[in-house]
Amino acid sequence: MSLLEIKNLHVEIDGKKILNGLDLTVNAGEVHAIMGPNGSGKSTLAYVLAGKADYEVTDGQVLFDGEDVLAMEPDERAAKGVFLAFQYPIEIPGVATMTFLRTALNAQRKKRGEAELTTPEFMKRVREASGKLSISQDMLRRAVNVGFSGGEKKRNEILQMALLEPRLAVLDETDSGLDIDALKIVADGVNRLRSPERATIVITHYQRLLDYIVPDIVHVLSKGRIVKTGGKELALELEASGYAQFQEAPVAAE
Amino acid sequence: MPAVQETVDQVRRIDVDQYKYGFETTISSEKAPKGLSEDTVRFISAKKDEPAWMLEWRLDAYRRWLTMREPQWARVKYGPIDYQDAYYYSAPTNFKAPKSLDDIDPEILKTYEKLGIPLREREALLGIVREPVEGEEGEAPRNRVAVDAVFDSVSVATTFKEELKRAGVIFMPISEALREHPELVRKYLGTVVPVSDNFFATLNAAVFSDGSFVYVPPGVRCPMELSTYFRINEKNTGQFERTLIIADKGAYVSYLEGCTAPTRDENQLHAAVVELIALDDAEIKYSTIQNWYPGDANGKGGVYNFVTKRGDCRGANSKISWTQLETGSAITWKYPSCILRGDGSRGEFYSIAISNGHQQVDSGTKMLHLGKNTTSRIISKGIAAGHSQNTYRGLVSSHRKAKGARNFTNCDSLLIGNKCGAHTVPYIEAKNSSTVFEHEATTSKISEDMLFYCRQRGLTAEEATALVVNGFVKDVLQQLPMEFAVEAQKLISVSLEGSVG
Repeated sequence: MSLLEIKNLHVEIDGKKILNGLDLTVNAGEVHAIMGPNGSGKSTLAYVLAGKADYEVTDGQVLFDGEDVLAMEPDERAAKGVFLAFQYPIEIPGVATMTFLRTALNAQRKKRGEAELTTPEFMKRVREASGKLSISQDMLRRAVNVGFSGGEKKRNEILQMALLEPRLAVLDETDSGLDIDALKIVADGVNRLRSPERATIVITHYQRLLDYIVPDIVHVLSKGRIVKTGGKELALELEASGYAQFQEAPVAAE
Repeated sequence: MPAVQETVDQVRRIDVDQYKYGFETTISSEKAPKGLSEDTVRFISAKKDEPAWMLEWRLDAYRRWLTMREPQWARVKYGPIDYQDAYYYSAPTNFKAPKSLDDIDPEILKTYEKLGIPLREREALLGIVREPVEGEEGEAPRNRVAVDAVFDSVSVATTFKEELKRAGVIFMPISEALREHPELVRKYLGTVVPVSDNFFATLNAAVFSDGSFVYVPPGVRCPMELSTYFRINEKNTGQFERTLIIADKGAYVSYLEGCTAPTRDENQLHAAVVELIALDDAEIKYSTIQNWYPGDANGKGGVYNFVTKRGDCRGANSKISWTQLETGSAITWKYPSCILRGDGSRGEFYSIAISNGHQQVDSGTKMLHLGKNTTSRIISKGIAAGHSQNTYRGLVSSHRKAKGARNFTNCDSLLIGNKCGAHTVPYIEAKNSSTVFEHEATTSKISEDMLFYCRQRGLTAEEATALVVNGFVKDVLQQLPMEFAVEAQKLISVSLEGSVG
């Protein structure tokens, strides 16, 4: 059974169609890249997988481990192992990053029927993970994403991912706004989590990130559908030729 | 389904009946005859074995009260209160001032245990600090709290009395202080909140039955946190406690009050008066965690909380700081204030007011700058959920002679759902040109993006709301004594249960 199966997904927001019969299958152990021009529906796909309100699924199915994800609350999906690294991480004033990490980790563990982590165990994990991402202790004491630079916010997303150890991580334009050093740190973080049990969907505009996170499969998304699928060489091809060739791709008759 | 709709639906299903302090304790009690008359006043005074001047003071208050009318200016709505249909005094039967904790009805002790109040000194000490050695002086360790527990109309126990006595601190029920230290009580009682200050304060003056009395002598730093827990147990019983705290020159005291009541269909009246007096260089920190029963999902029942709290910075460079966490009561009418009389004195007001269900809160503060170079600071965080209405009402004024008066006010309101209301009513009066008053205010809806972010990380809607709200009120939470901060945080989560989808 595939880890994630999306069949004929149609999604609207405020009556406007964004996804038009998207199909996608992701197996455990794979890294998929989804590329596409602005407005092709990349972020919508990420949000629908995570369960953001306001997106109306008008048709289709999304199965995670064979279970109907669309019927689940966002926090249930999270506990099952669906993680979204936000394109624009949200600020939460007054809540220390450390508190947030701990609350999130324990909330997920509780839902899975696991014991909460002891303080020393939790601290050990945070220190380990944050060290690898060059995140300072001072940053962990500050309120979640408040006053963080663009790069700090993205690293904070990867820190959360590293601690929560999701089975499916969706990275929504995690490379945007990162300089090359930060990009490497983030990519290393993602690569460390690669394993036969996990899968990653990397959403991006640019080939650049894929030099560091090498995908197994590359998809091109246009007008709410996957219009081309190939190996990692497809990304290079796109870098050379651009998305224009896909813009006119015919949309299936409704 | 759009998020807003979901939230609205949740709010409709809201149930504030999750009030976990709603149990009742079965003990027999002795009550004054129902209703209010001069006889009731005399009955209470006689029960307390009060001096004659005190009875006169009460009767004077009662007579004035008869000529007064309930204030109507607050943004709260409730039906007429029948003052003759309540009991004004209720005491556990055969109540005698207990010599030790062993003399107290085990049922009452159990009640306080259920509330999580460390009434038994032994338990309070257990695992936290060693038993103090008799006669040994030394710095008091943290985490120790002396408790005065008030059950309906009487104080049932006060802990750590002996140790406080060694430091020279008087901490006892006010009824006892009237007998043991009448000169002190007489000197200060009613000097901050005069007998006829307002309708509810005047009613309190006539019928108050107990409360706490604290006197900290000159130069003494009270060696531990002082705390009073109020509990209304009896049906149809009003609670009218009166608290009087005096910090003499250079003294310091930190005091906390907590309140709960059983779940009742009818409304219970709570009309307390608190007076604080800080002399030269003295400091009083007064914290409240108010969690009276708020009423059920339809707004039935709940405590009417009409409270007058006022501090007088009487001496130069004195300081009074109010911190409140208001989560309970059907109606809250409460404005802990500071009279900044002494030159260089300072007043502070830190408030978190959370309303849910059909609760109505009208609360705030008054900072009256009379002395030169007086300063004050107001940080108010109002959170409205469900069908509740949450109003901040404040007055900041400087007298003609209050040269160099300064105030900073920050009022933030957070709305959860779209059936509730948040209102800010600030009054500012500067009567001299050297005054500097600053006022900041914001009102915002809880951000769906913030909640979604938290939920994507595994928090339920309620956990996410509690986390966001805890962040919103953090500046004020930090002002609470450390011993109570954790309790406060939990209480915030509990009061917001069922408020979002």
